[in-house]
Amino acid sequence: MIAVAVGVYVIGIAFTFYWSFTSSKLFPNNNLVGLDQYRRLWSSDRWLVAVNNIWIYGVLLIVFSLVFGYLLAVFMDQRIRQEAVLRSIFLYPFAMSLIVTGLIWQWMLDPNLGIEQTLHGWGWTSFHFSPLVDPETAIYGLVIAGIWQGSGVTMAILLAGLRGVDSEIWKAARVDGIPTWRVYLFIALPMIRGALATAFVLQCVGVVRVYDLIVAMTGGGPGIATQMPAVYVIQMISSSQNVGQGMAAATMMLLPILVVLAFGGLAMWRRRRRAAMGATP
Amino acid sequence: MSAGDMTLTDTEAEARWGTQPGGVKPRRFSPARLGIYGFLVISALFFLIPLYVMIVTSLKTMPEIRLGHLFSLPGEVTFQPWVDAWLNACTGRDCNGLHPGFLNSLKITIPSVVVSIIIASINGYALSFWRYKGANLFFGLLVFGAFVPYQVVIYPLIIAAREAGLYSTLAAIVIVHTIFGMPILTLLFRNYYASVPIELFKAGRVDGAGFWQIFFRIMVPMSVPITTVAVILQVTGIWNDFLFGVVFAGRSNWPMTVQLNNIVNTTTGVREYNVNMAATILTAAVPLAVYFISGRWFVRGIAAGAVKG
Repeated sequence: MIAVAVGVYVIGIAFTFYWSFTSSKLFPNNNLVGLDQYRRLWSSDRWLVAVNNIWIYGVLLIVFSLVFGYLLAVFMDQRIRQEAVLRSIFLYPFAMSLIVTGLIWQWMLDPNLGIEQTLHGWGWTSFHFSPLVDPETAIYGLVIAGIWQGSGVTMAILLAGLRGVDSEIWKAARVDGIPTWRVYLFIALPMIRGALATAFVLQCVGVVRVYDLIVAMTGGGPGIATQMPAVYVIQMISSSQNVGQGMAAATMMLLPILVVLAFGGLAMWRRRRRAAMGATP
Repeated sequence: MSAGDMTLTDTEAEARWGTQPGGVKPRRFSPARLGIYGFLVISALFFLIPLYVMIVTSLKTMPEIRLGHLFSLPGEVTFQPWVDAWLNACTGRDCNGLHPGFLNSLKITIPSVVVSIIIASINGYALSFWRYKGANLFFGLLVFGAFVPYQVVIYPLIIAAREAGLYSTLAAIVIVHTIFGMPILTLLFRNYYASVPIELFKAGRVDGAGFWQIFFRIMVPMSVPITTVAVILQVTGIWNDFLFGVVFAGRSNWPMTVQLNNIVNTTTGVREYNVNMAATILTAAVPLAVYFISGRWFVRGIAAGAVKG
């Protein structure tokens, strides 16, 4: 059973890799064309926009949700009242699907319905906030939705990390007269690296997989402004009937994951080797 | 960090801050406290306002929505949009509302959750207690599988489903959910069983129990907490899925998320925002209910799913 589960991934990736070197159109074929699909991929505007977008989206989303999440966690850690209520409020968006999140924010950012329209109605007619309409800013609209959905989880994970920090540390810091904010920034933060890594990994996986949010919120538009690699692959294997091209794009999506895992594996191996050497000097 | 850290308690906070601090007790309404609450309340509004807007808009009539007061309470409350969303909203030519999608989501979610958890618990058990050749390799590949973007393996799966004659069936979508749930769930169960004392297992072996006997007699009764976490993780994950539903399930089995997206993002006709928002809330209702009922378990599931290995 476990072999089947593992086999699906290995065999699936092997096929994807193989078909990326063929001229497959609607159905896969065995007509090998070398690196043609990759050459075409990297000269396609749509793909270049997609790659550019995932960087913008990924970096902004991860940075903002980690900073915002940590701020929330620190403030939640101040022995506040109604902590459980606030926690539920910060976390509930994560329980909802990205389709729902996308639709909600599509409406909130709709200039004829959402925030902009409301503020106009309140008399602030010069107010302008409709990122989704403009190809230049549409990607930032997606980031807002992403932050709304994912920051609460970061908060929950980091708060759990903070609560796990040894209470002696806090007493010692207080005795030394170190200001609280410095303790949080320079002492607690490095001590919760495990929680930070967890939150980071969770966000990264979410970024690479982002598909539903795009479909619900912008459909990749306006034009091709919010294309993403995941959307590109699906378009290629469905409506564009260009399987070879889609498989090349899918293989490219695997590349960053392989690099990250290779680094992670290397770090683990070195740590283990160092531990082994330390044990028998 | 382990998932156990999630159960934070007041006593821990007390240990940190001390019940009677040596210095001055912080005043309730110092400017700093005000700032803390200010930040938290504004953040809470950021998270809450979209939900509030959705609820009030879904209770308004279309003429009232056109007036553009997004935040105001409905002048006259109407439940017609909710009825329409459930029974009459149109996706293309079909005007049956969301309820077929709801039933489909049930038909997809229940077997997927049951099958994937049964298989994953056996896998996790086998990985942690039965050291067979290649167990480490399997484990490494599973961790890898947890990170693989779906798009990388989705097309070979489509072809495989087609070859097997399962494409666009309920069976296909259940199998696909089971496969993609396998890495995280197996890791979850393996880590849980790894914390079970090996003596229990050895005692079973001495008494002559085999693979299945130990699993059913010893492991399964101990697995209630981890199974709860796994159920929460799978129910919300599968209910919220869009990609696999649209690709594998076939038109007649489309889950709720797919139907919702079709209802809302159809380009024809007048946009009925109240119906659309009611439909959106209905789609989110099941995972939200799971979230509010399960409380802390939910966070535990997320964290456990993220800490791979």
